[in-house]
Amino acid sequence: MNKKIAAAMLSACVGFSLANVAQAEEGPIKVGILHSLSGTMAISESTLKDTMLMLIEKQNEQGGLLGRKLEPVVVDPASNWPLFAEKARELLAQDKVDVIFGNWTSVSRKSVLPVVEELNGLLFYPVQYEGEESSENVFYTGAAPNQQAIPAVDYLMNDVGVERWVLAGTDYVYPRTTNKILAAYLKSKGVADADVMVNYTPFGHSNWQSIVSDIKSFGSAGKKTAVVSTINGDANVPFYRELANQGINAEDIPVVAFSVGEQELSGIDTAPLVGHLAAWNYFMSVDSDTNYDFIDEWIDYTGKEDAVTNDPMEAHYIGFNMWMEAARKAGSVEVDAVKDAIIGVSVPNLTGGYATMMPNHHITKPVLIGEIQDNGQFSVVWQTPSTVAGDAWSDYLEGSKDLISDWRKPMECGNYNVVTHSCGAQQSVATQ
Amino acid sequence: MPAETDDAFARSPWMAFLMSISVAIMFRGCWQWMLLVCLLSFPLFAAAQSESATGQSARLSDGAAQSLLTRLAEARNPAKPAVIDEIAMSGDARARGWLEAFSASKLARLKDAERFLIIDNNRGREWAVSDALSGESAGKVSRRDLKTLRSNNSLRGHIDGVLSMIDLSSPDAEVRLAAARGLRGSVDEAMAERLPSLIEQEGDDAIRATLEEGLAIQQLEANGDPAALDTLSGSLNAAAIAAINGAVASDDPQLAQAAKVALAGIEQNLQLNSGLETLYFGLSLGSVLVLAAIGLAITFGVMGVINMAHGELIMLGAYTTWGMQQLLPGQPGLALLLSIPAGFLVAAAVGIVIERSVIQHLKGRPLETLLATFGISLILQQLVRTTISPLNRIVVTPEWMSGSLMINEALSLTLNRLYIIGFALFVFAGLMLIMRRTRLGLEVRAVTQNRAMARSMGIKATRVDIMTFALGSGVAGLAGVALSQITNVGPNLGQNYIIDSFMVVVFGGVGNLWGTLVAGMSLGLLNQFLEPWAGAVLAKIVVLVFIILFIQKRPRGLFPQKGRAAEG
Repeated sequence: MNKKIAAAMLSACVGFSLANVAQAEEGPIKVGILHSLSGTMAISESTLKDTMLMLIEKQNEQGGLLGRKLEPVVVDPASNWPLFAEKARELLAQDKVDVIFGNWTSVSRKSVLPVVEELNGLLFYPVQYEGEESSENVFYTGAAPNQQAIPAVDYLMNDVGVERWVLAGTDYVYPRTTNKILAAYLKSKGVADADVMVNYTPFGHSNWQSIVSDIKSFGSAGKKTAVVSTINGDANVPFYRELANQGINAEDIPVVAFSVGEQELSGIDTAPLVGHLAAWNYFMSVDSDTNYDFIDEWIDYTGKEDAVTNDPMEAHYIGFNMWMEAARKAGSVEVDAVKDAIIGVSVPNLTGGYATMMPNHHITKPVLIGEIQDNGQFSVVWQTPSTVAGDAWSDYLEGSKDLISDWRKPMECGNYNVVTHSCGAQQSVATQ
Repeated sequence: MPAETDDAFARSPWMAFLMSISVAIMFRGCWQWMLLVCLLSFPLFAAAQSESATGQSARLSDGAAQSLLTRLAEARNPAKPAVIDEIAMSGDARARGWLEAFSASKLARLKDAERFLIIDNNRGREWAVSDALSGESAGKVSRRDLKTLRSNNSLRGHIDGVLSMIDLSSPDAEVRLAAARGLRGSVDEAMAERLPSLIEQEGDDAIRATLEEGLAIQQLEANGDPAALDTLSGSLNAAAIAAINGAVASDDPQLAQAAKVALAGIEQNLQLNSGLETLYFGLSLGSVLVLAAIGLAITFGVMGVINMAHGELIMLGAYTTWGMQQLLPGQPGLALLLSIPAGFLVAAAVGIVIERSVIQHLKGRPLETLLATFGISLILQQLVRTTISPLNRIVVTPEWMSGSLMINEALSLTLNRLYIIGFALFVFAGLMLIMRRTRLGLEVRAVTQNRAMARSMGIKATRVDIMTFALGSGVAGLAGVALSQITNVGPNLGQNYIIDSFMVVVFGGVGNLWGTLVAGMSLGLLNQFLEPWAGAVLAKIVVLVFIILFIQKRPRGLFPQKGRAAEG
């Protein structure tokens, strides 16, 4: 492992050398990897860096891309949002990378966005997010709210018969926007305001006693109740522990989470969590041969028998393959050529289907609902009959429902207002 | 139809009737009917139980069992409960194992074969399995070749119901009580007919009362029976309260009035209980704060060293717990107990290294100490990240620390937090003893009050510094051991507690252990009483604003040090 990091660092250093700059055109294709390797987000992001290194290594074994080798350029933005922008600038301006795979949190993406647009780079963003954004230079391979949150609520409403809703989240942009969309959606389905309870907690919240007790009493009104959780990261473990200790199990009040995946579960004793739900576009337990092959490769690469795969890793797998496919189609890795070529490109996903890049720079994904099992894996209990195309602008928010995004010529607009027929119309309130 | 099941038909004439209903229902997929069948068949479960006790358990032929399981595998989800009932009714001794395995998504088939397997271990790429029919181990199978029968929450709930029906006739009173508790609120008409005779047979008072309550809930909801209301008045059970709530809206004015009166009495009781609950939550948060801060109260409060790496010492204590559990797999309780001394020693040792290598050179330069120890905290975090893993580690909660202690239906105290309150008080008492009753404590107090004087009296001030810092660090390690039971064990653990710790020490009055205890507890209580109406984010802000105002008014905290020591 350390050897590989060292190799990556070394190759990054080589990138600086003059000899290399002189023959940049003939040299390897540079792939920038912008994931935190230290600080609070290292827990999630360092695995994505390894995923990219594995994919690149495998591609190089198969002869690289367009007859050239791929060369990873790894930088560490250290979970520091302004540093993300600096590192992105370094990748694009100094290292002259051809594409960047990176970011996890929405705030880090927002920080990188102006840099990527200014220097005309390519960014593949692999994590589920709140939507309300579309950039010419960014490809969103994670889920938009209509590919995760809305189908999950549909499942609870129609298949489980939930009538009362707790929207619990960490206090930042993704949960706030998602909950705003969900509250509007629930209202459109005729759920009364009294049947929705919204709760926000700070990052890393660890004292869940009174909130869980509130949820318990909210859920004892005789109507089936569920918790829709956008609680982020480390706060989940104490939350689930408190649920179990206060005797709330998944058959009484199921919790459906949008930020809890296999990797988060690998740090929890899952026995008390059995039956709680998560909505993703990929689960490690998905029964398909491409998935099993991917898992085998990952275990071989990490050398750890208990290594897990998760949804953002699949997003990078799809994004990387899409980018290569587009480069082959365009015959070059030049940014504008790839940007045009990638729309409409289809590559296999890991769940046995195909993912297609849509004109709004989002991709098609199946939506899967899984129940937590005692081995830290999810058992899929429901999935959408076909794939769902990501929607950049939510149909349930004022100011956003009239916007569409289409980066094909001649429209080439990320926020076209279909009512006023103008591009660059007023941004949604949610992104302010 | 195989011979054994034919026998069953002959033995019980209405079993045939039941079977036919069950089959008819299976095709209609009607839930209530299914439950009815399941309840009507209750005596059969009892019969099956007693038979298994006498060793004459019914056993399906392999063919019949195979066909039952095949139907379970192939039925669509809405039709599965009927098959589950049928499996339970079969009276086969293996039925419970099948249902439990199915409930845990551990019943599987080989992809290209008919054979059913029970998964014994579903971790990793190769799963250990055994044959569902013979129960013999079938070695390891790649998960690629297995097709798991997928269960879900509603099927699991149904299986729980079916199994608790069987449990009601268990010879073990505790099993019966748990089953009776589980049935409250889910009793239906068919079961209500069976319950009175069951209640009569029941010898245990608590179980009888629970069953009566379950019956009364059903009677009140279905018939608006005033006698049932009498049984329920005063009950704090959630299902009972929901039933009384329903009765308030009843058309019968007399009943509605009576329900209102009953509800008023209950609500008063509920309020009292929720007040007690909040008090408990506050004490528990307070004890966590005290634990996290008490080590700092020694290093910062007594020695005056601003140690920003305090949180990381807590983290090391938590990782020691994890390490212990890795060394003693399968004995989380013992590992936890052993981590108490181990966590203390590890953190104390790291504390000594920090003190010798950095802090002693920065004596009397608080700003530099702050920056240097902040650097140490980052180093320690990244060290854990690179050597262990950036991911959180699993620390298992021992059996005796999970769940809660039920005081009454509306008030249960979570056990892990109860233990932590006790542990915090124990650590506090221990520290007080050391500071007040031992030579080390005396020397520490002497050195901090007047270093030069203490040295001239022959006290080795350097040695005392090391010991004090080790003690404070070790106590931080103890806090880590406790925190591993309620929060994540990961590289960021310490960061979440460092601010709170300083807050408690400053609020309590620097250099005063009692102040730390009182400050921790009162901040915990304040936070928990604010949270229900202000929300978690606002409550935290209000507490911080309160502290800022308080420090303006009393810069030296709740219990300022008095006398000449305070001047220095």
